[in-house]
Amino acid sequence: MQDLLRRYGPGLTGLISLLVAFWLVMLVIVPNITLFEQSFRPYLPVTEVGGPRDIYSFNNYLKVFDGDVTKTFFGHEYRIPVHVLTFSLTIWYSILVTITCFAIAYPLAFYLAKVVSPKSLPTLFLLLFVPLWVSEVLRAFAWWIILALKGPLNALLLFIGAIDKPVRWIVDYDAVMVGLVYTYVLFMLFPIYNAISSLDTNQIEAADDLGAPWWKIHLRIVMPHAKPGIASGSVMVFMLSAGSLLVPSILGSTTSQWFTQTIDQWFKDALDWNTASAYAFLLLILCTVFVSFAMWVFKVKLSDIAK
Amino acid sequence: MSAGIDLENVCCDFGSFRAVDTANVSIQPGEFFSFLGPSGCGKTTILRMISGFIDPTEGQIRIGGKDMKGQRPNQRPTALIFQNLALFPLMPIWENITFGLEVRGVDKVTRRAKAEELLRLVDLPGAGDKMVSQLSGGQKQRVAIARALAVEPAVMLLDEPLSALDLKLRQHMRAELRAIQKRTGVTFIYITHDQGEALAMSDRVGVMSQGRIQQIADPRDIYNNPVNGFVASFVGENNIFEGKAAAPSEGLAGFETAHGTFRARLAPDAVGKAVKLYVRPEHTVLTAKAGKENSVPVTITEVSFEGAFITVHGIGDSGKTITAEIRNDGSATVPDVGAKLHASFDAARASLLPDANVRA
Ligand SMILES: Nc1ncnc2c1ncn2[C@@H]1O[C@H](COP(=O)(O)OP(=O)(O)O)[C@@H](O)[C@H]1O
Ligand SMILES: [Mg+2]
Repeated sequence: MQDLLRRYGPGLTGLISLLVAFWLVMLVIVPNITLFEQSFRPYLPVTEVGGPRDIYSFNNYLKVFDGDVTKTFFGHEYRIPVHVLTFSLTIWYSILVTITCFAIAYPLAFYLAKVVSPKSLPTLFLLLFVPLWVSEVLRAFAWWIILALKGPLNALLLFIGAIDKPVRWIVDYDAVMVGLVYTYVLFMLFPIYNAISSLDTNQIEAADDLGAPWWKIHLRIVMPHAKPGIASGSVMVFMLSAGSLLVPSILGSTTSQWFTQTIDQWFKDALDWNTASAYAFLLLILCTVFVSFAMWVFKVKLSDIAK
Repeated sequence: MSAGIDLENVCCDFGSFRAVDTANVSIQPGEFFSFLGPSGCGKTTILRMISGFIDPTEGQIRIGGKDMKGQRPNQRPTALIFQNLALFPLMPIWENITFGLEVRGVDKVTRRAKAEELLRLVDLPGAGDKMVSQLSGGQKQRVAIARALAVEPAVMLLDEPLSALDLKLRQHMRAELRAIQKRTGVTFIYITHDQGEALAMSDRVGVMSQGRIQQIADPRDIYNNPVNGFVASFVGENNIFEGKAAAPSEGLAGFETAHGTFRARLAPDAVGKAVKLYVRPEHTVLTAKAGKENSVPVTITEVSFEGAFITVHGIGDSGKTITAEIRNDGSATVPDVGAKLHASFDAARASLLPDANVRA
């Protein structure tokens, strides 16, 4: 702040501060607080808003426990509220997406950071970035086309003889997983790439010289060093996946339901903004709790991720 | 356990650039051998070829008589100490030291004990639970040595390990390293650009320039009988005269210069080559009267007191500057600036040497 004052004088500094404050308060805090406040009030006809029935309660939040469905899990039958099930599946598949992204991004990041000659790096990065220039909607639809029953993937597999009749790919959560991994893998790649780049190559050679096999070098030297990058990549991919609406909507099957789709339905189909807000905050809070828990398990500090 | 190392016609090319050219050297088991040379002369490249990180373009490397072709670094009985040490900052010291044992599947209790034993060897007892960042430069150095010794290598390869330390510590660590080498009996191959370090520590020294080994000899020979001008200049100071050599007799040859005709040693293999005369300042004496031979009249321009010795600079009639070193033991009078004296040297102490052996 002192620095800004010295550099730009009081006039410009005041203007910058005002604009930042406006952006923060009017465009971020106020809408969110409004929704947060609404989430505790019941959904009422306009005439009754502010009336005697308009009181604060947790009822909107408790709606996730309404409406049980029966499911079997390893032959064991149990009843579970449908929205809790959707939420659990969203978290579960987001974890799978995060793990898959890591499995793809880590070797690639290591390859880019330590194996590739610096001369070919710009080309490789360009190749990685090009898909990002295409809109997310188009990319999701592209996958929908690729994975379609009569789409190019099945055609190719049939042609080379890997399968003998078309496979239904867009089933359950499979296509959603593919779409989410494809959309968010770069968010995993870059933090890990950055972290591995900062590792002194001599440390890898020292471990090699001391007799360590390649997997031990990764486990003991490269991964611990890249941990902050892995953590921030994982948090990003997980949060983005759990909060994604577009990909599950486009690539979802008849049997898949993402929690964001449920929220969307409260907003758009039921026009019940109060419950929709409650669900949205529930997702945010529970994901934050989950991420904090995961960070505690893996002994990652918040300051590591901020790096 | 220790092993000898043989390099036979070893070359290393980076693209069209030849970083190491036809290196031939035979290092004895248990020897302390140094490669000495200026930065960029190919020392690190030689070390990385011995440890297996680079393959020689040509030639053969043998360790303990065994050809190392195709052997990965982790299959060679060598341990490399990196120029920047490359300790593992996320592990405590004891895990650093026993990392090589960990990958061999040694259990934790044994490793802990081994770490303590090695820490005592390098004079750092009880430091096992500290982190790398808590240690000073000299202590990190010792940890790096302990880590390399832990895998019981037959050969230790050290890449300018003392260059990051301050002068006092460097001198202390010299003695320490030498003592550790004597105690363990491991072959040490030591790289440095500091001639004092190489001469003080080594059994033998290989002096390098531009990818070529110029001379391999024990430190005294390197200093007293350099084979060419590069070696003579790299390991010490010289008064250098340009001129033309006549045919030698009994190893001494006449040498015609612009400052008079001198006599100096001429090695048989330097006969017929273009040579210069090299004589060390400590072999240059200043007297009131002209000497019998190899004498130049000089006027003293500067006298600088260095402690154990005094450096005297003078200028000859022909404009040639000459440096002499007088020991500060009262055996010689220290001249004043402006004094007119004669600088002379013994023919047996002066050498006629060709320039460095380099690519045309
Ligand atoms: N990987 C490499 N690629 C290209 N040139 C290299 C490489 N490594 C070293 N060189 C070159 O080889 C020469 C010798 O390098 P090096 O062995 O590191 O010298 P020193 O250790 O004696 O300072 C230098 O000119 C250096 O630029
Ligand atoms: Mg070097």
